[in-house]
Amino acid sequence: MSSARRARDGARPPIRLLRNLSSKLAAIPMVLVGLGVFVGGTIWTIVHSFTDSRLLPRLNWVGFDQYERLWNTRRWLVSIENLAIYGIVSLVLTMCLGFLLAALLDRKIRFEDTFRTIFLYPFALSFIVTGLAWQWILNPEFGIQSIIRGLGFTNFNFDPLYNPDLVIFGLLIAGLWQGTGLIMVIMLAGLRGIDEDIWKATRVDGIPVWKTYIVVIIPMMKPVFVTALVLVTSGIVKLYDLVVAMTSGGPGIASEVPAKYVYDTLFTRQNLGQGFAASTMMLVTVAIILIPWAYMQYREKRQ
Amino acid sequence: MTAVTPRGAKPKKVFSPRNIMLYGALVVFSLYYLLPLYVMIVTSLKDMAEIRVGNIFSAPVEITFQPWVKAWSEACTGINCDGLSRGFWNSIRILIPSLILSVSVAALTGYVLACWRFKGSEIFFGILLLGAFIPYQVLLYPLVIILREMGLFGSLWGLVLVHTVFAMPINVLLFRNYFVALPEELFKAARVDGAGFWGIFFRIVIPMSLPIFVVSGIIQVTGIWNDFLFGVVYTRPENYPMTVQLNNIVNSVQGVKEYNVNMAATLLTGLVPLAVYFFSGRLFVRGIAAGAVKG
Repeated sequence: MSSARRARDGARPPIRLLRNLSSKLAAIPMVLVGLGVFVGGTIWTIVHSFTDSRLLPRLNWVGFDQYERLWNTRRWLVSIENLAIYGIVSLVLTMCLGFLLAALLDRKIRFEDTFRTIFLYPFALSFIVTGLAWQWILNPEFGIQSIIRGLGFTNFNFDPLYNPDLVIFGLLIAGLWQGTGLIMVIMLAGLRGIDEDIWKATRVDGIPVWKTYIVVIIPMMKPVFVTALVLVTSGIVKLYDLVVAMTSGGPGIASEVPAKYVYDTLFTRQNLGQGFAASTMMLVTVAIILIPWAYMQYREKRQ
Repeated sequence: MTAVTPRGAKPKKVFSPRNIMLYGALVVFSLYYLLPLYVMIVTSLKDMAEIRVGNIFSAPVEITFQPWVKAWSEACTGINCDGLSRGFWNSIRILIPSLILSVSVAALTGYVLACWRFKGSEIFFGILLLGAFIPYQVLLYPLVIILREMGLFGSLWGLVLVHTVFAMPINVLLFRNYFVALPEELFKAARVDGAGFWGIFFRIVIPMSLPIFVVSGIIQVTGIWNDFLFGVVYTRPENYPMTVQLNNIVNSVQGVKEYNVNMAATLLTGLVPLAVYFFSGRLFVRGIAAGAVKG
């Protein structure tokens, strides 16, 4: 608060650095974490991705060798492909489902709190719990497949976690279950922020409700959608625990993801340089998504 | 109906086609969200013989709590066969110091940024916020080195520090935004009365900010409890938190799979965040919405 600051400045201790001293001392953790960990750590990782570090980090430059090797590794390519499929499908479905649920809850219904509680509770659970629960439901021997076969459809096949072509969709079912509630809450907050008069006006004009949503409401909620988009994408890049719990990357390498590639390369295969190159690529991915968003935010603020 | 204004067409009849569709859709979605919880609960209450012959959706014929007992005190990970209780107590020992440290550091930093800005403080804040977007994988190894230099690698305190570091961006933002909105006159009055940096913080700001402490606390409890990656990277097996131990129990390849024990263990691990969720209700929603919109 500027008033407190001004009052403080009025005292004017002789040395500039000592002015506001308690505040500067209290800011030490922020400076250490910001500069030491976030900036320092990122630079350190990027620098070491250009070395041939294996068991221990060392500064023996090899240029872009690690990156070349990375993009020639089948497991990395599968990881990237999986992340892209998972990312796009989960983005589209999370947004649609999140908005749909929010719109349903916003229709002035009874038991709104109950329904909201039901839709959101998975978000409180960890990805490990989520993954293990769905692993059990999708278990071909006991789960959905066996039940439907038991009904007489003996040729029914639904074993996404054991089918390399479908495994990513098995992950999606669980991921959506866990994450849509959050987007619903954000969308609901956005819907509640829309002026009641707009609804009245469209009703007077006789525009059907679904059309009002598409033509009027959704365009008005652009900032909310952008926020949700950034949130979902930054969550997708982190996708790791769910894969570990549900499939451990299998069958074979069919459900590997970049975050798991980095972890395994750094800590179990002890190929540090390679792991740093992979994590730097993850950072680049986030930056590509984030920079346009940051730019948009910045432009909006200036207007 | 003055507080909440109705939207859309007014519901006229209880069983209008509109209502049937609306509630029908809500109920169908609810089933999808409730299904795993239901399946976990019924599975954990059956014995293995019943699981092998029945289907996963059927209610237990004979309720048994044996799987819960086994999950808690006998389930094996590698050579240890003392159940999930070990992971539970590890998680508690990680949670309490991490919660206290991360919330106090974030509150103090937010207070500096809201009330005692100095030259450059905003730049540091910007850097801190950027940190929220860096994938954890980029920082995993640098933090290993930092903790090793400090002699904390593998210990519970190392993990506590890691949780505090990664909690900072979002929680500092929460506290800062809350403190900025406190009335300015209070600070002026306090200054006139001779209160300084710490006096104002402890006697004025903290007593006025209970809700935001609760919100931040909720975010931290669920976040720390549900963490898997940091637990696996920064602790040794004897200190593994509950999530890591759970995964090791359920996904271990040795022995016969005991699905009922696995589901009991899974539920046990989810119990703490679920309790936080159900008891905090609206505050939880507020917390994630506040955190999400900004972070």
